[in-house]
Amino acid sequence: MLDGPSVAAALEDCGVSHVIWVPDSVLGSWEPALSGSQRPTLLRVCREGEAFALAAGLVLGGKKPVIFIQCTGLFEAGDALRNAVHDLKLPIFMLVGVRSYYAHRQGKSNDSCPVFTEPILRAWQIPYVVFEERHTAADLAAAYRQAQAERRPGAVLVAE
Amino acid sequence: MMTQQQALEIVKRHRNNRVVVTTMSAVPTWAALSDSPLDFHFIPSAMGHAPDLGLGIALARPERGVIVLNGDGCMLMNLGSLITLANHPANIHLLILDNGLYEVTGGQPHAGVGHADFAELARGAGIRRVYSFDNHDSWQAGAAEALAGPGPAVIWLKIEGRLGQQTPKPPRPMSEQIARLQAALELPG
Ligand SMILES: [Mg+2]
Repeated sequence: MLDGPSVAAALEDCGVSHVIWVPDSVLGSWEPALSGSQRPTLLRVCREGEAFALAAGLVLGGKKPVIFIQCTGLFEAGDALRNAVHDLKLPIFMLVGVRSYYAHRQGKSNDSCPVFTEPILRAWQIPYVVFEERHTAADLAAAYRQAQAERRPGAVLVAE
Repeated sequence: MMTQQQALEIVKRHRNNRVVVTTMSAVPTWAALSDSPLDFHFIPSAMGHAPDLGLGIALARPERGVIVLNGDGCMLMNLGSLITLANHPANIHLLILDNGLYEVTGGQPHAGVGHADFAELARGAGIRRVYSFDNHDSWQAGAAEALAGPGPAVIWLKIEGRLGQQTPKPPRPMSEQIARLQAALELPG
């Protein structure tokens, strides 16, 4: 299971410079750990598309940001994601909270978010892994390091 | 009023060794004025996101400074970026080149024509340094102060609109632009 302190420590260990985010209710609980750390530095944006362009600028300037958003924000950010990943060809890494994931799997949710999150990522050609309860910050670090080593974008979907 | 060309000639005089991020109709005008590796033509772009991209560069390279040449239509697509800029003190000067048009699509009015006050929007977002210039003489006189000093600063320039413009193209492919910029910033590729 992911939590703020272990995620912040894992990102620091990976050399991540910035976390750019618009939190959801699960990621939001990590705020004290992320805002309290010098590295990575937490950057707050107003809308998720901004996160991708801000990340692109940081990468152009030699930094190593990651993006933390909810699936709804992923949908909103499509044009900025497309541009950063496919026009600028930058290896942007994102962590996306998937609202209603477990309820959807059990047939107990009418939320459309979990229906579209994975197809959207496949359409944008972003390799992704789904993190459930058993996954830890060490798994997050491994997913980040693999994407960086392969110089490609990547996403971790956090089942909620 | 002034032309876009006149407005950007003055920017050129004061850019020093800063990164200049352009987008949309400013791209061909700036490319004709300057061919520095520190010019980054954000095209193909993400709609409205040049201020965010510029902020990222400015935060990554605080010693450098960044000037963003944004349009009015672009600004309206991402007004939240004014809040984001105000929230992250960085050496960034955002110019809003306001021609009252979506110029790159041929010259249609946008939703803010006649009532959007970009200076008030910037101040309301929390930007402390906000400047407005609506003619060549005042911009020429005020540019040195507006383009110097700490960021974030927002500079609203009223310029003449042009009809019948072509879709802008960058002077070189994106991969070359990035390689040039990163070399100029002394970053490993
Ligand atoms: Mg315009």
